[in-house]
Amino acid sequence: MEKFRVLKTPAVPLPEEDVDTDQIIPARFLKSTSREGFGENLFRDWRYDSEGNPIKDFVLNNDKYAGKVLVAGRNFGCGSSREHAAWALYDYGFRAVVSSFFADIFKGNALNNGLLPLQVSDEFLKKMLADIKEKPSTLVKIDLKDQRISLEDGSSEEFKINSFKKMCLLKGYDDIDFLLSQKDKIKEFEQQHVEF
Amino acid sequence: MPKTLFDKVWDQHVVAQVEGGLEILYIDRHFIHEVTSPQAFSGIRNRGIDIHRTDKIVATADHNVPTKNQHLPIKDALSKLQVDALQQNCEDFGIELYGLGHPYQGIVHVIGPELGITKPGMTIVCGDSHTSTHGAFGAIAFGIGTSQVEQVMATQCLLVERPKTMRITIDGELGDGIYAKDIILYIISKLGTGGGTGHFVEYAGTAIWGLSMEARMTICNMSIEMGARGGMIAPDETTFKYVKGREFAPQGKNLETAITQWKTLYSDNEAVFDTEYNFRAEDIEPMITYGTNPGAGIKITGTVPNPEDVENPEGLKKSLEYMGLEAGQMLKGKQIDHVFIGSCTNSRIEDLRIVANYVKGKKKADHVNAMIVPGSRQVQEQAQKEGIDKILAEAGFELRQSGCSACLGMNEDKIPKSEYCVSTSNRNFEGRQGPGARTMLVSPLTAAAIAIEGKVVDPREFELDKMAV
Ligand code: SF4
Repeated sequence: MEKFRVLKTPAVPLPEEDVDTDQIIPARFLKSTSREGFGENLFRDWRYDSEGNPIKDFVLNNDKYAGKVLVAGRNFGCGSSREHAAWALYDYGFRAVVSSFFADIFKGNALNNGLLPLQVSDEFLKKMLADIKEKPSTLVKIDLKDQRISLEDGSSEEFKINSFKKMCLLKGYDDIDFLLSQKDKIKEFEQQHVEF
Repeated sequence: MPKTLFDKVWDQHVVAQVEGGLEILYIDRHFIHEVTSPQAFSGIRNRGIDIHRTDKIVATADHNVPTKNQHLPIKDALSKLQVDALQQNCEDFGIELYGLGHPYQGIVHVIGPELGITKPGMTIVCGDSHTSTHGAFGAIAFGIGTSQVEQVMATQCLLVERPKTMRITIDGELGDGIYAKDIILYIISKLGTGGGTGHFVEYAGTAIWGLSMEARMTICNMSIEMGARGGMIAPDETTFKYVKGREFAPQGKNLETAITQWKTLYSDNEAVFDTEYNFRAEDIEPMITYGTNPGAGIKITGTVPNPEDVENPEGLKKSLEYMGLEAGQMLKGKQIDHVFIGSCTNSRIEDLRIVANYVKGKKKADHVNAMIVPGSRQVQEQAQKEGIDKILAEAGFELRQSGCSACLGMNEDKIPKSEYCVSTSNRNFEGRQGPGARTMLVSPLTAAAIAIEGKVVDPREFELDKMAV
């Protein structure tokens, strides 16, 4: 996993609520056996029409917006557990998703792939979306070490993250590396664990 | 200290506590399928490590498989690639595979219980969000991402945060023609798609305890649709009776010991839940969804809500546009093009019996395409034994071979753009059943009645005798 460093980048607004993983990456694009290349089909059915032509009003097709942060409405990533959703966002170039609420499995999947799911208050999310709308080039700064997200006008908010997950992101270390280091404990547990 | 059912099972599986409040949780059974496992196998290979416990993994091919002519090679090249990769991976690592052609093949959440692999008190995971289904047995079962599939392969453990607990109690008696699917659609319509986030849910109350095992699975299955990590129901005599005699269930003395142990799995009287909800069974009616998330459910006699009356008017407007529906409209009477009966929510033998009982001697409406996809080979064979296949054929329903099928449209079974499909599956997201497809979620009985009438109807208005399953 890549290390997560300080991000300073413009952001892409997607104010929709309850964005489910079937929208992020539709099931028919899950037929790969590798982790790469999903970015191409990120938000496929919102991004392209049935003939494959870009849909103009969709935000990823709007030249005004770019950047490594996606700013989305409440309950982002609900639905299917497909990790392909996190891979698609990462592959497309996003390094963080900001929302006021995340679905559990998506949040875990994102963290396991170096994509930061950053939860802010409803007010802050509103302000962010408004700022970006007014000035699409507005820069968002995410400092993981200090757990703070700030906007160009100096307004900022602290965010929460599990301390272990934070360490993993900062070091580019993953859960498997850690669990493998605990194998002795696991084997010991297996000795006394009975399954009925 | 008094404990909840969840706490009891969880505590028995904690290997160690880690910093940041995370815990190492031991996993008793790991189900895998062709879509979310290939990258995990590559991960294991890239790290140059072995799979820690191949004896605790069970594999099947379900998401991608065709539901016609399963004996022929898969036509879709990419689907074939994934199914072949699963077979190769299972061979390479020595994992039990119930693939295409195997008598045990089927949707992963249908075969686990029917084979007696799923048992009370276990921890069960799968790279699939509807793993919550297995919670019906009093197991802690939840969906995981592919990185976690790799974690479990590598160590038989997961590094997780302990979820909060929620209890949803439904007391009272269900009316005629009301099924488990209606209960869970009703609950999700009340709590919303994010209402259970961060929680593990226990379903309790007389209306729940009166349900069969298969109905309980339908309820736990859709826990994820309100954002919960999983759902569970305390095991009881119904559970023990169901498990007994199944292929991989404990037998004889072992079964007795197991049952003694399983009987300790319930929430203590004084146990405290982080969140509690109470509903009355009498308030529940046949349900149907009108929107593009499973929380958008109304009683079948109800009307589509108005954007002005909801919290997220933009979202509702967008979904109504997608669905081709209008605010204030009644769904009753709406013409339907497809009826899909299947998916890990409602494709078990009881579901097929409900449908067969209803359609016996009737004919589906001419314009409706009615498809039934059994959850497993065993369900299909049982249906043939009981003559259900003939009843369905006479009524004009097509009985296919088992798999996920039109639940997510990864194989050929897609619903065409803008057409309406009444479905017994669990998700009505945009494009879930095919690009532009319009899905309405219902119970198997409601689906059967709609297939016959060709439009949305309240099944209770029709003959409901002989409905006991
Ligand atoms: S039937 Fe549908 S919900 Fe169930 S496992 Fe298959 S795709 Fe997932």
